[in-house]
Amino acid sequence: MGDDERVSFVIPSSLEEALEALAAGARPIGGGTDLVVGARQGKTPLPTSLVAVDRLHELASIESTDGGIRIGAVVTHARLMVDPTVVASYTALADSAALIGSPSTRNVGTIGGNVMNASPAMDTGAPLMVLNAVAQLQSVHGSRTVELSDLWIGPGQTSAATDELCVFVDLPVRPNNSGSAYVRLEYRRAMEIAVVGAAASVTLAEDGTISDGSVALSAVAPTIIEVVDANAVMAGLEPESAAEAIAVAASNVAAPIADLRASETYRTHTVGVMAARAVKAAASRASGEAIGVPVNRTVGVGAAK
Amino acid sequence: MTQSLTMMVNGADYPINIEMGRSLLSVLRTELGLTGTKEGCDDSECGACMVLLDGQPVNSCSYLAVQTDGMSVTTVEGVMPADGLHPLQRNMLEEGGVQCGFCTPGMIMSATALLDRDSSPSEEEIRIGLSGNLCRCTGYAKILAAVTRTASEG
Repeated sequence: MGDDERVSFVIPSSLEEALEALAAGARPIGGGTDLVVGARQGKTPLPTSLVAVDRLHELASIESTDGGIRIGAVVTHARLMVDPTVVASYTALADSAALIGSPSTRNVGTIGGNVMNASPAMDTGAPLMVLNAVAQLQSVHGSRTVELSDLWIGPGQTSAATDELCVFVDLPVRPNNSGSAYVRLEYRRAMEIAVVGAAASVTLAEDGTISDGSVALSAVAPTIIEVVDANAVMAGLEPESAAEAIAVAASNVAAPIADLRASETYRTHTVGVMAARAVKAAASRASGEAIGVPVNRTVGVGAAK
Repeated sequence: MTQSLTMMVNGADYPINIEMGRSLLSVLRTELGLTGTKEGCDDSECGACMVLLDGQPVNSCSYLAVQTDGMSVTTVEGVMPADGLHPLQRNMLEEGGVQCGFCTPGMIMSATALLDRDSSPSEEEIRIGLSGNLCRCTGYAKILAAVTRTASEG
């Protein structure tokens, strides 16, 4: 890269300028926590031209909208985990943000970076899916709304064009009597990547049974996946019974890899355990019980005794 | 082709020409001569390279130097007063929180950011604040004691 005249690092003064740089072949960089480490490990060389989208103030806020909330793509995990609206209403997302890396990772890592990096093990992915998030992509040619299940097409692969930037993540208003949670299997409390993980969103009927629910899983398939029959499996059941049933359903849809961190058999089993825990925590939150963020510190490794 | 920028480190401006791919850690140590910041894993795992960027801890091994343009960088050299040791540094010594010392600058930076934000953190908050910093010698208890003591001395 050294003598290449195309090498450039641009700090854009506006979204328009950033989109023009992308159209001219630059790649976006936010915190760089995936890009820079990946380049050094030789996975993918550092792009010759970078545009520092984390400097775009217009993409750095969390705003209430008519339909819910709009999270700017360069909002960091450190902000997500303490934002009052995210913690109160989109709690699974706060659970996941609080588990990522360490304080230094969370200070620079962004939600847009997670979404577009498309790791099947990303912690924020399953929460975004059960909270019915959509990504807003923009390029010099215009903007479009993309369902996450259409965006994530493989490990590290999205359906976005190379000149499209994720600018916002939109989450719809939460139903009344609902709660959400994200639980992951981890071998240590910090600097960890999910062995497996599960997010659940649950709405309770007046009698305390589940009237509506969804579950999504991390690190058990080439992308984050939804348990498509989760609602049918859980509807009408008490949370305890729903959790037992979802454990089976989650393990059934898991198709994990085996690696140094866990075998296929272990991942297949434990993702069911995580899904059951997520459903129970989401239901407890829906009933008004305050479970701190991240829920892993209540039910996982190092949980308070 | 190199990039020109002015880095602001420990309150001083450093005009510099560097290749875009250079890490902040590498530039601090080899271009600016600030060798207090250590290279441990060079992979965002160990925290030995921790510096503050606009007051927040960041792994300098995994951050490009060019990304700091317009931001304020603080290294362990910037924490130490001219006339001696910062209270955190003194307490790390007195509590036995230093053995080989390789993790110490990173620990100091994470603890500095924590105490700047919250002058009386709980033990749990200290543990979380230091959770990106590995120490292979002390077992952490004495480092926790040093941070706790610094907080109590206010």
